[in-house]
Amino acid sequence: MSQVPAELKYAKSHEWARLLPDGRIEIGITDHAQQALGDLVFVEVPETGRVLEAGAACAVVESVKAASDVYAPIAGTVVEGNAELAANPELINQDCYGRGWLMRVQPASATALEALLSPEAYSAVLASAEA
Amino acid sequence: MGRKTVLHDLHVALGARMVDFGGWDMPVNYGSQIEEHHRVRREAGVFDVSHMCVVDLRGAGVRRFLSRLLANDVGKLWKSGKALYSCMLNDAGGVIDDLIVYYQGEQWWRIVVNAGTRDKDLAWMRRCASEWQAELSITERTDLAIVAVQGPQARTHVASLLEVEDREPALSLGSYEARECGLWFVARTGYTGEDGFEVMLPAEEAPSVWRALNAAGIASCGLGARDTLRLEAGMNLYGNDMDESHHPLESNLAWTVAFEPADREFVGRAALERLRAAGVPHKVVGLVLEERGVLRAHQRVIVPASGNGEDAGAGEITSGSFSPTLERSIAFARVSRTVPDAVQVDIRGKLLPARVVKLPFVRHGRILINL
Repeated sequence: MSQVPAELKYAKSHEWARLLPDGRIEIGITDHAQQALGDLVFVEVPETGRVLEAGAACAVVESVKAASDVYAPIAGTVVEGNAELAANPELINQDCYGRGWLMRVQPASATALEALLSPEAYSAVLASAEA
Repeated sequence: MGRKTVLHDLHVALGARMVDFGGWDMPVNYGSQIEEHHRVRREAGVFDVSHMCVVDLRGAGVRRFLSRLLANDVGKLWKSGKALYSCMLNDAGGVIDDLIVYYQGEQWWRIVVNAGTRDKDLAWMRRCASEWQAELSITERTDLAIVAVQGPQARTHVASLLEVEDREPALSLGSYEARECGLWFVARTGYTGEDGFEVMLPAEEAPSVWRALNAAGIASCGLGARDTLRLEAGMNLYGNDMDESHHPLESNLAWTVAFEPADREFVGRAALERLRAAGVPHKVVGLVLEERGVLRAHQRVIVPASGNGEDAGAGEITSGSFSPTLERSIAFARVSRTVPDAVQVDIRGKLLPARVVKLPFVRHGRILINL
């Protein structure tokens, strides 16, 4: 069973979003996603300043098996990509909700997170996919 | 739902991630594919390859039949127990499949072909046998499972599971040799670049053998690790690196085509001779990516000076992945015969530098290229 932390919001495409104290949003991929991908060997995070539309491809995570796009769960501007992932992509496998974060974004709208899935709703998405 | 091998339930119980592979539900990994890869290079691992198809050919006419069916020459098989890697070609020289043929005596030969090509291979063999009025029987052995035990420690572990009188003879097998050990067929072959055995055995015995190997410390390994191991070892994958529209001479398989003796007529010979005389413009080479990123099948290979067109040196990756042993991305690419050492690969619109190297990348645990 994959972990779905209660304090985060989720996208159907298996990204998570965390509201930071300064109002920025931290984004990563979920435990379900990292398990499905397997050992990650390459991560491409967006440059600082890039403007993201909600639902647009914003990063690439590659496992030994395949390359997968990561989709921006919300609209906003990238303020920081996780530089540690270039040398240590396995951080996503080891700690996808912590040190394996992908990017931090200044949201275009203060209410952006409201459109995302609750942990319960995301768990239901996972359950129906596995059924 | 795909087809299942006899080991399917055990894979699931061991926590395998199951994926579709050529119509079969197969384990891609049991946790970490990279860890499984390292276990095989350093110690030993066990793979379920029961989805592959074992075909027994029996009868007085088998040698003549195979001599005409296969591009490699079964004339090299004169000592019982020897095996040979070969392609089976169509009339145009395209590869119908690659296979291993095991010679166990004039009346009994065994062939192992790929899972995804099983039906067309059998149909082709039966059609040829009937057209050539060959004196033989062709039997698909669906009653057998195949476990590949690979790695520097693999053979000793397998030997310990054999009857006492079979151990020494099994351990004395040379590379590409096989023998019957009771109901087991033990072959010193593999697809990882390491030493090891491929064991064909009655399907119902496979789960307990697997558990015994695990208990001896041999890691369960999935098809994910099998793919990165074979890539590092410079071994082709049917459907990626060669197929019916790509002949052996442009697929790094010229060494498997026996043009000598010149009077042996085999399917595809005339076409390959024409291609050889005209000059083969392409070849398959190894690539190492010089920067971070991952090479994948179908990415374009470009020669920097020549621009982006389909001109000299341009080509395409046929197989690519991350190499756990090299900790770099590696690939096979079909490129111009005159390709320079420095090329670029188009990865999602970015041109990244890559270097052409001689295959294989890794053999018997050792890195064979300069990093």
